[in-house]
Amino acid sequence: MSIKKIHKEQPETFEFNEKSMEAANKIVSNYPDGRQQSAVMALLYIAQRQHDNWIPLKAMKYIAKFLDMPYIKVYEVATFYSMYNLSPVGKYFFQVCTTTPCMLRGAYDLVKVCKKKISEKENELSEDGKISWMEVECLGACVNAPMMQVNEDYYEDLNDKKLEEIIDTIYQNKIPKPGSYTGRINAEPVGNRKTLLGNKNA
Amino acid sequence: MLKDEDRIFQNLYNDSGADIESAKLRNDWSGTKDILEKGREWIINEVKSSELRGRGGAGFPTGLKWSFAPKEVGSRPHYLVINADESEPGTCKDRDILRFEPHKLIEGCLIASYAVNAHKCYIYIRGEYFNEGQKLQNAIDEAYKNNLIGKNALNSGWDLDIYIHYGAGAYICGEETALLESLEGKKGQPRLKPPFPALIGLYGCPTIINNVETIAAVPTILKRGAKWFSSLGRAKNTGTKIYCISGNVNNPCNVEEEMGVPLKELIETHAGGVVGGWDNLKAVIPGGSSMPMLPKEICDNMKMDFDACVENKTGLGTAGIVVINNDQDIIKCMARIARFYKHESCGQCTPCREGSGWMWRMLERMAAGEATPDEVDMLFDVTKQIEGHTICAFGEGSSWPVQGLIRHFKDEILERNKFDPVVKKQKNIPYLVDQHLLEKENA
Repeated sequence: MSIKKIHKEQPETFEFNEKSMEAANKIVSNYPDGRQQSAVMALLYIAQRQHDNWIPLKAMKYIAKFLDMPYIKVYEVATFYSMYNLSPVGKYFFQVCTTTPCMLRGAYDLVKVCKKKISEKENELSEDGKISWMEVECLGACVNAPMMQVNEDYYEDLNDKKLEEIIDTIYQNKIPKPGSYTGRINAEPVGNRKTLLGNKNA
Repeated sequence: MLKDEDRIFQNLYNDSGADIESAKLRNDWSGTKDILEKGREWIINEVKSSELRGRGGAGFPTGLKWSFAPKEVGSRPHYLVINADESEPGTCKDRDILRFEPHKLIEGCLIASYAVNAHKCYIYIRGEYFNEGQKLQNAIDEAYKNNLIGKNALNSGWDLDIYIHYGAGAYICGEETALLESLEGKKGQPRLKPPFPALIGLYGCPTIINNVETIAAVPTILKRGAKWFSSLGRAKNTGTKIYCISGNVNNPCNVEEEMGVPLKELIETHAGGVVGGWDNLKAVIPGGSSMPMLPKEICDNMKMDFDACVENKTGLGTAGIVVINNDQDIIKCMARIARFYKHESCGQCTPCREGSGWMWRMLERMAAGEATPDEVDMLFDVTKQIEGHTICAFGEGSSWPVQGLIRHFKDEILERNKFDPVVKKQKNIPYLVDQHLLEKENA
């Protein structure tokens, strides 16, 4: 798996707030008694959401205690999976898919735009500190390529111009509309649909 | 072309909404109780005789898999796990089922869990599909509210709880035993088989793991009968399948078609043809990135089902068709896929962990024309050293695409790579470049 850097400046303490605590308890109840370790992935997400989209070491220790498991096991999980950020990312975290199906349709044009408009290097904050970007592996929306993810939302069927517009919108403190940028709401062949037409016209 | 009424996923394009009312209009949850009342034996036999094969890539017969679960529940409870960790490059079919046809999946979960004696079902969704997971959660909540699942589901006397578990961006968790490890809250590193999960799976208990598309197809098969399903396609390759057509085509799309549909028909009719015309086709990856690619000559007459793909030394996999035309640099495309595998190797077995990096670096140099002609054979040898020497099928998945490239495009690699290390003026031999020199800082 990828190499992950632990952030140098770590907070002194970490505790779940009320909302996180409620969510965490609910997740733990999904698993059989004594198997609370299963909830570690979900709890790391909760910690990440609570702590500005990245997970400090204190949070891992807290979760280890919470689930009664060794700290190293939580650390293992947090470093193994790529979606846990162990150092700060932008409030708007752009993940551009560049795996072959997206690459064939111009994903590297999107990377160029990110380099130009956000930051020269991956994982660096933009000038106003709002956005950071990185290349990621297949996000599973190959038919809507090229695409990217901003926090939890997919932006599909992009090109360099559309991405520039998206970035500009975010710089103006507005959240652009997620989904496809050719107007489709699904993965249908635009303008060439030959199946399930009865349903479409119903 | 398959008739519209024979398509299982009527809402593949979300024409009518994913909520329970619309789903019921599409015949979901009708007669489900009758199916359960016919009993386990009948369900498993019907699925067996429909010859449904798993849609997650390996194509294992579903009915047979279910029959491996112990007939009686012993001291350990049984589990049903749904694999929605769809990460194979080129594949995005499960995503559309999760967001547009969630009730088919939930209904399938109820039937399957009844057939394998499970009261708990976990749906493992890749973490990136957060919104899709929320849509599925809404559907699960609707199902609970209508007593379709939960205690005494459908008044059938069967209890079923369904939980969603989010992954966190690891491709390897699509491998069933890695998925179980991940579900138990560990690193997603595959387990040795045997023991198979059907006997010792999640928490050491009997566990049946199926792909989303497989489970979502089951209710329709049981309602319309195994005969209907097996009348589509050909023997051992029956039914319908969602094909995802991406890459250099005019209208990339997901489409449900009959098994054994010609590849050319899929691309020309549904996806609007190759960009620049059929003659501009260079190669096709037929089943997601881990299946070997095929050159145009084979694509001309290729049929898309499990056995036809094997005959052409490739595999149907997940049916994620990636079309590559002549405008692309084929070696570069495969180098990018090799980088994907290098990034996603879980690091457990040495041949895969190291070999996937070797393959990537060699292919990058071949794409740049910096390799020697001998290295093509060396690369092929590396793939053979990985294949079959790892715990899980990731080793095959990462080496087959490279083998496919060498099998069909060796001449093109040789044409570009005429580097001769003996020539005196070229002293900077990039034979073995250290990984960290090529790696980006935060890769």
